[in-house]
Amino acid sequence: MKTDIILCGVGGQGILSIATIIGEAAMKENLYIKQAEVHGMSQRGGDVQSNLRISSNPISSDLIPLGGADVIISMEPMEALRYLPFLAKDGWIITSSTPFINIPNYPDIETIKADLQKISNVIMLDIEQAAKDNGVPRSANVILLGAAQKALGIEYDKLEDAIRRVFGRKGEAIVEANIKALAIGKQAQK
Amino acid sequence: MKKLLLGDEAIAQGAIDAGLSGVYAYPGTPSTEITEYIQDSPVAKERNIHRRWSTNEKTAMEAALGMSYMGKRALVCMKHVGLNVCADPFVNSAMTGTNGGLIVLVADDPSMHSSQDEQDSRFYAKFAMIPTFEPSSQQEAYDMMGEAFDLSEQLHLPILMRVTTRMAHSRAVVEVADEPRQQNELNYDAQASNWVLLPAFARKRNVVVTGQQPILEQMAVDSKYNKYIDAADHKLGIIASGIAYNYLMECYPDGCPYPVLKISHYPIPKKLIRRMTDDCEFVLIAEEGQPFIEDQVRGVMPGNAVIKGRLTGELPRTGELNPDFLKKALGIESSESYAPCEDVTPRPPALCQGCGHRDVYTALNEVLKEYPNARVFGDIGCYTLGFLPPYKAIHSCVDMGASITMAKGASDAGQWPAVAIIGDSTFTHSGMTGLLDAINENADITVIISDNLTTAMTGGQDSAGTNKFEAICKGLGLSEDHLKVVNPIPKNMPEITQAIRDEINYHGVSVIIPRRECMQTLQRHLKQKKAAK
Repeated sequence: MKTDIILCGVGGQGILSIATIIGEAAMKENLYIKQAEVHGMSQRGGDVQSNLRISSNPISSDLIPLGGADVIISMEPMEALRYLPFLAKDGWIITSSTPFINIPNYPDIETIKADLQKISNVIMLDIEQAAKDNGVPRSANVILLGAAQKALGIEYDKLEDAIRRVFGRKGEAIVEANIKALAIGKQAQK
Repeated sequence: MKKLLLGDEAIAQGAIDAGLSGVYAYPGTPSTEITEYIQDSPVAKERNIHRRWSTNEKTAMEAALGMSYMGKRALVCMKHVGLNVCADPFVNSAMTGTNGGLIVLVADDPSMHSSQDEQDSRFYAKFAMIPTFEPSSQQEAYDMMGEAFDLSEQLHLPILMRVTTRMAHSRAVVEVADEPRQQNELNYDAQASNWVLLPAFARKRNVVVTGQQPILEQMAVDSKYNKYIDAADHKLGIIASGIAYNYLMECYPDGCPYPVLKISHYPIPKKLIRRMTDDCEFVLIAEEGQPFIEDQVRGVMPGNAVIKGRLTGELPRTGELNPDFLKKALGIESSESYAPCEDVTPRPPALCQGCGHRDVYTALNEVLKEYPNARVFGDIGCYTLGFLPPYKAIHSCVDMGASITMAKGASDAGQWPAVAIIGDSTFTHSGMTGLLDAINENADITVIISDNLTTAMTGGQDSAGTNKFEAICKGLGLSEDHLKVVNPIPKNMPEITQAIRDEINYHGVSVIIPRRECMQTLQRHLKQKKAAK
């Protein structure tokens, strides 16, 4: 088993908590993990990404080569496209459809959506709306994770268990909200 | 016990498990998480390991040296440019030598993700004539800390531990010790003749330190971190150091067909390199940072082989490496991939919504409309982003503290108005001495200390001067009439602009302190308050 994942978004959107859940699930399965993160200046509203690699065999590089990512999980539609050269031809993009506009020259969102539709394997979700509609407003990122479950090659139950461990000390209500969010994302899978 | 750790965290855990007594550091990307991890560690609390932030890298380095002098194990951490700040005690710590183990951890930032240059710290260690460790994996980073402390005590030398951004900020599973080693006891073994660097004594130490170099090199040849992995095809040999070794191995999932020399312990192991240059027709050198190994291999021992690397264009001359650069240098095709999407636009970092620096720049720009020749000398911190639109407010950013001294120099040259803008933490790091120069000559400058009560850029660490800035400025001799404190919120705009205008028009040193808490730490504090209820 080997999955190379690019997690991306805008600084402050919480991509690292998605990485934490995947990492926790992978560690429990005794998989090898490498996860390169971005800290520092770009966290102030700039583009951020994390290269997360999980494998049943030892992993050499902390960075994913061009055309090597099995899945891009993005909290923002234009950010998903930023890392396109790293996506394998048969790889998946799982992205939020809500633009985060903090720059004056953000492109037309319909153009961005059309660019995304050109990729063979795309799941685009209005996770913010889905989170609100389902009463889990703070768990939009976990909805995205649920939608990526098959592409990640990790069993659903293992992600659920990982959520229990990661959020356990924050109380049962937060655990349940995130498990509900994971289930909503799962439904959206193709 | 297994833990999923950032490279920085593996280093911190390795230090704690090796019997650390004190960490000394000033925050700097990508090194900050080492000290933060120790600050959060229950073992560190229980053992009372020193873990408060230092005012700058020089005070950190000297305090660590003092702890080593007393026989205990000390770690000093910084980003690469921090080593410039503490270069004096660093180089001279090799002259005094150490008593308790001393590790100088420097995190380099090739490709300048969060830095103003991409200098390579290995040159400093060569210059100071001390060994360097450069881990290729998080496990090595952890293991090396214990060994570096042992080596430091065996050789009576500080050890430079060099990591780069990707090692510092990448996570992997690390096997760690179940029990930390005992801390060293206080001892009085340090010899005054080594530690008092009067010329007559320093000359003797210089002979000792220089004389040790062949021993250090032999240790590198025998080091378990330097591996010569032979292979059948001698057309090419590859030298890969630190994290570049990982990128190389990524290119050959089934094993490299050429001999590989992995270097993670310096000085460079000349004997192993000579074996490769003798055996192989071509030698490719892959190293993160500047061509440190490559320069030495070319200069010292050309052997039979043709050397390829950053200096001949097979690898890029600047910037960090990645698996695809290695593939290209090795003639391996990259995987088929999508073309970059042309509709994607850059998203540079920006000052947070509601940030006090925003109000400071709004006020400053408003006033400076009246002075078209004004020059604003900036500094290092979040407020450097004031260079970007919509503010376009600063004209320089060079190094910690340079705003005040450059404004003074510009004023000496005849410039008016000369304005300096500096953050609170940067001011105590390296701005105070410059302000003293300016006050002593009553230079015609206006200094804005934009105080957000924290070291914000690196994530909100304590700032050494909090609640002391007025006292510091007055203590340095600043006239109370030209020290003004304002609250940078939009409704105070008339008061702030008036203060700036008045102080520019005053022909002497003035300091304006706009003070409001950083939005990031404010939100964190509100959350903590809520949780406490």
